[in-house]
Amino acid sequence: MDVPAAISVPIHLAQLRPHAIGTVAKVEWDRLAEPEARRLRELGLDEGVEVELLRRSGLFGGPLACRIGRMTVALRRHVAATIHVALPAEAA
Amino acid sequence: MNATPLVALVGNPNAGKSALFNALTGARQKVGNYPGVTVERHSGRMALPDGRPIELIDLPGAYSLDPASPDEQVTRDVLLGRQQGERLPDAILTVVDASNLDNHLRFTLQLIALGLPIVVALNMVDLAERDGLKLDPEALERELGVPVVATVAVRRRGLDALKARMAEMVKGVAKIRPSAGVQHDIVLLQRRARQIATAVTLSETAARRWTHRLDALFLHPVAGPLILLATMFLMFQAVFAWSEVPKGLIEDGMAWLGSEIGAALPDGVLRSLIIDGVIAGVGAVVVFLPQILILFVFILVLEATGYMVRAAFLMDRVMASVGLSGRAFIPLLSSFACAVPGIMATRTIADEKDRLTTILIAPLMTCSARLPVYTIIIGALIPDRALLPGIGLQGLVLFALYVLGVVGAFCAALVLRRTVTRGATSGFMMEMPKYQWPRLRDVLLGLWQRALIFLKRAGTIILYTTVILWALLSFPKPPEGSGISKVDYSIAGRIGNGLQTIVAPIGFNRDMALALIPAMAAREVAVAAIGTVYAIDNADDDKGKASITQQLQAHWSLPSALAFLMWFVFAPQCISTIAVTRRETNGWKWPAFMIGYLFALAYVAAGITYWSAVGLGL
Repeated sequence: MDVPAAISVPIHLAQLRPHAIGTVAKVEWDRLAEPEARRLRELGLDEGVEVELLRRSGLFGGPLACRIGRMTVALRRHVAATIHVALPAEAA
Repeated sequence: MNATPLVALVGNPNAGKSALFNALTGARQKVGNYPGVTVERHSGRMALPDGRPIELIDLPGAYSLDPASPDEQVTRDVLLGRQQGERLPDAILTVVDASNLDNHLRFTLQLIALGLPIVVALNMVDLAERDGLKLDPEALERELGVPVVATVAVRRRGLDALKARMAEMVKGVAKIRPSAGVQHDIVLLQRRARQIATAVTLSETAARRWTHRLDALFLHPVAGPLILLATMFLMFQAVFAWSEVPKGLIEDGMAWLGSEIGAALPDGVLRSLIIDGVIAGVGAVVVFLPQILILFVFILVLEATGYMVRAAFLMDRVMASVGLSGRAFIPLLSSFACAVPGIMATRTIADEKDRLTTILIAPLMTCSARLPVYTIIIGALIPDRALLPGIGLQGLVLFALYVLGVVGAFCAALVLRRTVTRGATSGFMMEMPKYQWPRLRDVLLGLWQRALIFLKRAGTIILYTTVILWALLSFPKPPEGSGISKVDYSIAGRIGNGLQTIVAPIGFNRDMALALIPAMAAREVAVAAIGTVYAIDNADDDKGKASITQQLQAHWSLPSALAFLMWFVFAPQCISTIAVTRRETNGWKWPAFMIGYLFALAYVAAGITYWSAVGLGL
């Protein structure tokens, strides 16, 4: 797995700046319900996959839109918070 | 081999599977149901280059062979030869989205492991290239070890090559049982899929995907909801404005048919049955076909373009406040056309409680069957005057009834999620597909199927109930010269008089009570029923010539009419909805609950309306 020259900033997907690109460092699978975790895996989420936050929740705390690999996926904030992201040093 | 080879079309959602199915089979399609489940079975026939026929079944889109919804379960069971009423397919045609290979190949790998002959359609290669992605189909074929054909289903590109490979695939295939095991290790499959995707990618430029650019607009915190609102407004505007001309044509056609038959038949029971029963009844319903089709055009186009998922995204916050998810928006929007496809569309909601709540509130969305009732009663009894320039009182009342349904649904969801369908807060996790131009052909095919379903319904349930009602209203006939009203003397009249004791407290007269009986089968029959009641009652005198509108004005008070409208906002009067709820929830418990709570709401709301209106001196 080619982890980019990253310093492991403890940051999760929901905290990413819009359009910052990182790689998934760790997913806290055990904080997710089984079907939720399964669907998330089926949508391509895995350690080492490239992710990008496309759109943060709207004014009132709606879901997030993010890119996982090549797929655009809508997630709720509590799910995004289980996805730890490693950013390349200069983007952090 | 005797039987036509059966090929299963399988793929991820949003891989362009249905477009490929339409391109391969054209209009030679059949829509049926799998026994025991409401999942629709789409099948069609196609010819191979050598002329041999193939039966192609379009299985529901799935992410894997580990089902998360009833839809995906059918896909798995068919592929394993376990689906009741379906033989094991002879071969598989799987579709993958070229620009989503690292994800879609995971399912392909799982399918290949089943051991059935298989061909892969590498679909939407044009969109991938537009996004700066060049792939090598031959390398993919080597990596997977099965035939791969590059296609653009919507432009019918690559179809000949695909058919040629399919011909090789089904050439004298012996029935192979799928190898026993389904490969379940999703992490392993996913990593292998990513390896292959990387290996077959020739070049990739960092072209900014224009889907993301459109999302910047459609998902914008301010512009997004405004665009959604404008779209909804346009949709409902179109349903009313664009349908006037075709509605007029159908009405004229029915009137012509009635007068032609009236002239041709001798006066008597048969003539009364055909004109008062069949033509008046079925005609009153078929008139609403244009409105239903316009609504479906919007829904089909919103779905085909990929906008529907964005609407769900925007609505998630609002839906979450009543304990639902954005996904519920799609079935609820469909329910404005008809609750039956709406309830069937809840199958994509993974969370059971969430799905159940959506099913229970779907009948509160104002479906097109209520329109005939609303339109006629409002037209007859609400004064046609403008409150403000451009805003008429009649339109406002109609709008209020729609809003009331939505507000009622949200309140119901809020209460249900805290009581009977209590559970963990449901999630919202959804793939957002690329934006695409809808293909006229695919929309027309979808529309044609909807129209057929509606006409079949008009031709069966609605026809039967109107004919039965006509019979109940016509017999027994009162003795000549007795002066007793024909309706009062008939069986239906006696039932109506009995029922009236229950509905009198909420302001309903006998004719309203009578109209409610057949409307239990389908709401729109109420209009035909009112028409039939007055037609039969007054057949002998001049009043019989009066229109339904004039009859309503003569017999109904305003408070009663308002209460009647309110009843129709809430009451669960639709056999099809109840039947589909029973199938979708596997039993009578939830449909019984639905009938109970909706009738209670209807009774209370109608009562409050009646007595408030009387109190206000309306």
